[in-house]
Amino acid sequence: MSFLRFAARRLAEMAATLFGASFVIFGAMYLAPGNPASFLLSGRSASPEALKAINAQYHLDDPFVLQYLRWTGQILHGDFGRSITYRTDVSRLLADRLPSTLLLVGMALVLVVALGLLLGWIGAVRGGAADSTILVSTTFALGTPSFVAAVLLQGLFAVKLGWFPTGGTGDGLGQMIWHLTLPAVALALYLIGMLARVTRAAMLEVLGQEHVTVARSRGVSDHKVIRRHVFRNALGTVLTTGGLIVSTLLVCTVLVESAFSVGGIGQLLELSTTTKDFPTVQAISLIMVGLFMTVNLVVDLLHPLVDPRVTLGPRRSAA
Amino acid sequence: MTATLLRRPGLARIRTTRAPLQRLCLGFVALVVLAALLAPWLAPYDPNAVDLGNALAGPSADHLLGVDASGRDTLSRLLTGARTSLLGPLGVVAFSTLAGVAVGVAAAWRGGWLDSVLSRSTELVFAFPGMLLAILIVSVYGEGLLAPVIALAIAYLPYVSRLTRSLVLAERRRPYVEAYQVQGHSGLQICLRHVVPGIAPVVLAQSTVNFGYALIDLAGLSFLGLGVPALTPDWGRMVFDGQSAIQHGYPLSAILPCAAIVLTVVAFNVVGERWADQVARRDR
Repeated sequence: MSFLRFAARRLAEMAATLFGASFVIFGAMYLAPGNPASFLLSGRSASPEALKAINAQYHLDDPFVLQYLRWTGQILHGDFGRSITYRTDVSRLLADRLPSTLLLVGMALVLVVALGLLLGWIGAVRGGAADSTILVSTTFALGTPSFVAAVLLQGLFAVKLGWFPTGGTGDGLGQMIWHLTLPAVALALYLIGMLARVTRAAMLEVLGQEHVTVARSRGVSDHKVIRRHVFRNALGTVLTTGGLIVSTLLVCTVLVESAFSVGGIGQLLELSTTTKDFPTVQAISLIMVGLFMTVNLVVDLLHPLVDPRVTLGPRRSAA
Repeated sequence: MTATLLRRPGLARIRTTRAPLQRLCLGFVALVVLAALLAPWLAPYDPNAVDLGNALAGPSADHLLGVDASGRDTLSRLLTGARTSLLGPLGVVAFSTLAGVAVGVAAAWRGGWLDSVLSRSTELVFAFPGMLLAILIVSVYGEGLLAPVIALAIAYLPYVSRLTRSLVLAERRRPYVEAYQVQGHSGLQICLRHVVPGIAPVVLAQSTVNFGYALIDLAGLSFLGLGVPALTPDWGRMVFDGQSAIQHGYPLSAILPCAAIVLTVVAFNVVGERWADQVARRDR
């Protein structure tokens, strides 16, 4: 299969899954007890104007399939409807809040990739005490939920030592980075442990293969063997965790942004869930699923470039 | 001779030093489960008894682990909180294991259209991280423990069903299956009597690891106020309550539930992973 056909096939598969996911997100409101209009307005005065607005947004009088198609059509035009709590367009709310979340996720991603690969590398190559230390600390990192890390980091570095602000987002890039440092560490901790484990295991597997022994016996320097022959080969396996890393980062922003009161879409998702602002919940869920699937697609397309041994067959999902 | 050669000294040392860790973790799991079961008798106070005059007091003879910002006894809340904190993940794991095994066995045994339909829906569920699915369901049904447990069970199901499917596919090729078929046993009988018991250790080891992750997700939802009802003691909720105490300079009532969550998850992970390793070694 040529690369282009492979890419087209994966793109079509992603479109199909995204279609299914959006169907689930839209259909969820029909699972609610009572009729959708009263669910969407739950706890609020059902004034004739409010009912009319909800009807106009979801076309609740139309058949279900038509409602769904209209809703997706609007979203494809960038219209996510109106927030019931904030009484503004959801797309405006998102545009205000998306930058801080993307910066936070980006900072955490840098930490995860840099420290995860480094620790995995050291663990696999050094062995001994360094490896044991890394194994024990990654075991604890894997058992620490992001909100626990957030609360503890906040208590130590913001309240007790006062090195960082206790919360908020800050204005300007420098301030934002300073405000988002602790949240990013809290967000990254678990995934650093995971990536270090995956990298370590993948490198150890390659280290035991014959081509490494051959390269060593031919007098290639140790560093070069590790870098060119072991790490390069392990990178393909490591890359397949990319989708999982990004989706975990995105979802955990709900917890970390709430703990540090960062005004991003994670906090917005928490607020709109507690206030039953369903249009906003739908929009954020869709964006998170969409971003996750985009990353998965990019990883799938990059994989054959990083590791030419990968066959361009139908998707064999990572277990 | 070969056996001694195969057991390199380095590996042997790791194994002997790791076995106590496994036992330690198993012991901790037993301790937490026991605490949860006996909580009503062990807890020295009513976990919801508010005593504002005594708020944020440190450890004392009366309150061994201090009290929280509302003057509630932390030890009693930890013990009682163990019940909801363990019951939720238990529900998630029980449901996702039973349904996942059923789906995985059906997909592997039948194959064909059933297999492709099931793997398509698996792809779909994989697109939703468990936490997001749970939040979506909570936003529809409102807070409570049942809705997030069902949502997480659905989110965890594909992990079990995919594992089961690959195990059953491997198991099907083994000669004993054909032997039973020749003897006229039905497919269902072979699956229930022989295949499922055969793959059970691997699946259960995976479910033990899943228990830890489910505990993390459910505690996170309680932290957000989307899980258990507000007054029910729960470790995740205690971390949330403790956050304001930390900001007033009294970290103890937050650190204790944090430690409870981390240690329990680590214990379940270690036990599950070691179990999976042992099963894998035995199969080889």
